[in-house]
Amino acid sequence: MGIDNVKLDCPGKEVLLTGNEAVARGALEAGVKYASSYPGSPSAEVLDTLARLSSRFNLYAEWSVNEKVAAEGAAAASFAGMRSITIMKPDGLNVAVDFFTSLSLSGIKAGMVLVVGDDPSAHSSIKEEDSRYLSRLAHLPVLEPATIQEAKDMTLQAFALSEETGLPVVVRCVTRICHASSVVKLGRLSNLEVRPELNEKYLTNPQAHADVENKLREIAKSGGGCTYTGPDDARTIIITSGPSYTYCQEALDILQLNDEIGILKLDRTWPLPERELLRYLKQASEVVFAEEVEPFMEDNVASFAAFHWHELGPLKLYGKRSGHVAGPLGSGIGELNPDVIIDSLVKIKGLNYHRDLLDQDKIDHLGPLPVRDRAFCAGCPHRASFWAIKSALALDGRNGFVLGDIGCYAMGRGRTGYYLLSSVHSMGSGVGLAHGFGKLGKFSFNQPVTAIVGDSTFYHAVVPALINARANNSNFLCIILDNETTAMTGHQPHPGSGFDASGNQSPRVSMEQLVRGLGLPVYISDPYDIPATVQLITSLLKNSEPQVLILRRTCALVAAKKGKQPVVYVDQDACLGDGCGCNRFCSRVFGCPANIWDREAGKARIDEAVCVGCGVCVSLCPQGAIKVKEV
Amino acid sequence: MEKQPYNLIFAGVGGQGNVIASKLTALAAVDAGLKVTVGETFGASQRGGTVMSHVRVFQGDKLVGPLIPRGRAHLIIGFEPLDTLRILLAYGSRHTKVIVNDRPVYPLNVLAGDAEYPDVDKMISTMSEMVEDLKVVKATDLAFQAGSALATNIVMVGALAGLNCLAIPTGKFEAVIANFFKPQFKDMNIRAFKLGMKAVRE
Repeated sequence: MGIDNVKLDCPGKEVLLTGNEAVARGALEAGVKYASSYPGSPSAEVLDTLARLSSRFNLYAEWSVNEKVAAEGAAAASFAGMRSITIMKPDGLNVAVDFFTSLSLSGIKAGMVLVVGDDPSAHSSIKEEDSRYLSRLAHLPVLEPATIQEAKDMTLQAFALSEETGLPVVVRCVTRICHASSVVKLGRLSNLEVRPELNEKYLTNPQAHADVENKLREIAKSGGGCTYTGPDDARTIIITSGPSYTYCQEALDILQLNDEIGILKLDRTWPLPERELLRYLKQASEVVFAEEVEPFMEDNVASFAAFHWHELGPLKLYGKRSGHVAGPLGSGIGELNPDVIIDSLVKIKGLNYHRDLLDQDKIDHLGPLPVRDRAFCAGCPHRASFWAIKSALALDGRNGFVLGDIGCYAMGRGRTGYYLLSSVHSMGSGVGLAHGFGKLGKFSFNQPVTAIVGDSTFYHAVVPALINARANNSNFLCIILDNETTAMTGHQPHPGSGFDASGNQSPRVSMEQLVRGLGLPVYISDPYDIPATVQLITSLLKNSEPQVLILRRTCALVAAKKGKQPVVYVDQDACLGDGCGCNRFCSRVFGCPANIWDREAGKARIDEAVCVGCGVCVSLCPQGAIKVKEV
Repeated sequence: MEKQPYNLIFAGVGGQGNVIASKLTALAAVDAGLKVTVGETFGASQRGGTVMSHVRVFQGDKLVGPLIPRGRAHLIIGFEPLDTLRILLAYGSRHTKVIVNDRPVYPLNVLAGDAEYPDVDKMISTMSEMVEDLKVVKATDLAFQAGSALATNIVMVGALAGLNCLAIPTGKFEAVIANFFKPQFKDMNIRAFKLGMKAVRE
């Protein structure tokens, strides 16, 4: 694609960037030399961008095996004097936090920035964890951009703050920053070149805790860290952070409260900007908190205020704790938006506000609008794998079950995966759980245990669980759904891909060799070949040892880009329609979005706008009515 | 531009290309000297769920956030009838303009026979009674005509450009599209764009 605004060497020019690109640009303006990440939505495109530009800007960019290793690599670069950045989603910070709690105690040298992409409402991931609690736990300062421009500027600032304090600094973005885009005024690209060298020691020691607390106290008292807009003497003040700031501005515009209510936007939400905060708390009689997701600022500000009670006038606090700032699902749940802020202010101020909405009753005659569940794409190999596993468990007949993993296949908990999953937690957890179930045999537990994991997850978190299973002689079948990419986050490579983040060839870490090296039996099948896969799984379920099955087939989205696919069609003369007795197997049961029902003909049909020509349904139609036309 | 900011929403189903449609629109707006903020959802929701892109076009320095308040969409460009209706109910008002592709994408529960997809003609006539201005574009058919169903989103961008409510010269759109796609897909997408533009002007 021909448009790449991130690399433009035009200071002052205003260009369109996504939040993730803006963070990458900020890092380039800061002269970042080492960038590492494990792909996670919504922040995956930061490293995608830096990797794409790595040779041009002479930096090292890596998709690491997991977030902990990513963070450790970035810290090494910092120790050696090179600015580094590591990017993850909150689930990734959970994995890496062990290192960060130690890293703040050893301190760092060159600026090190940790970008965490939180996902309020879990639009693009599995949960809406608020990562700020872990950042605070690890003694890391937290900056929160409110706009795309700030995503760039704060990344740049974060490097400077990191060097001033000797601590890694967190830039906490949310989906409405990462995936949003807007016009950004570019700054000057760095031409800093550093020769890395390790001269100091970085040892964690308990005494360092006091130093870190002192550093954080200094930052808190240092001034700055927030921006106030509104009337000088406002008695009602909204304290906000991140894109909620823009929602507050718009809400005040709409309610025409600009002359009455001020907004204190915290750019740094940890440690709190205490000097300014105290000033505005003294001025205010009412404070409203607007932040995503949990009441992090709210609780910290309330605690701060409690220690300054004697200096403050009577003060009412409104937010998630009071129940005033709440979306449709309740306080502290889901993302904010201008409407949530409007409704909160209307409640707090006792206003009337009328929305110019359409009459929702006018659609009653259409019947209920069907919800749209997430689903595997047309031709997705996971659908074939889930069908094969479901069929094998049914044939086995001993009430076997499937433990899940996070990634596209987590959707297997729903209709698209035949409600097959009994658990979904964190990366690789299904295999740890499978091990536990696999050791219950001595208590007469006799259900077959299977766990599915993705290929990228396998490298990230499954290997220790398999070692544990082998060493403790467990009993389960681990099924790796190997679609040869990290699909959910945008098709990043993993250690088995044979190429690196920048697209250069790299050594391939073979998952089958790795598993064999652990002493575990490994089997491979093509999930598109459903009969063979069902037969293999059925036979493996009879064994009683830890085993690994790789179901290998390229992601349909990747395959579709590789050229013309065969055309699959329904021979409506052969399809018996509802007279078949198959209960419209292809559309109703198998559930590929390309298998639709032709109401007029009363026969099955293929939606040619959706079908990718995988041909799996061809082998499943009991009448052989689905056919392939090679092109 | 008729309104400030001008609020438009691309509504559809994950995989229909709303992210690229909003990106091209935003790039064309910036090329035309306008400012823009886009609120986007992708990742898990791109897998067959309801998706929308909020595109807010404006002038001047006053910041505009990524989400449009309810009832304040000026234009909804729907890639699929059901989700156009859904988004219209949430974000539209009587004054909202609608461009809708009439080809359904069936949810899984409909395919499974557990839910009924509302009658497309009835949905469209209901929507056209609710708002002052609704246009139907047979975008998927036109995309096939241009060369591939994948270009449906570009047909809809063409329809948006043809409506001209953003005051962006259509040449800006064409230049952005020509620059965005790989050479082998360029002509098809330009054809799709022109077919969409023509359809909305008929």
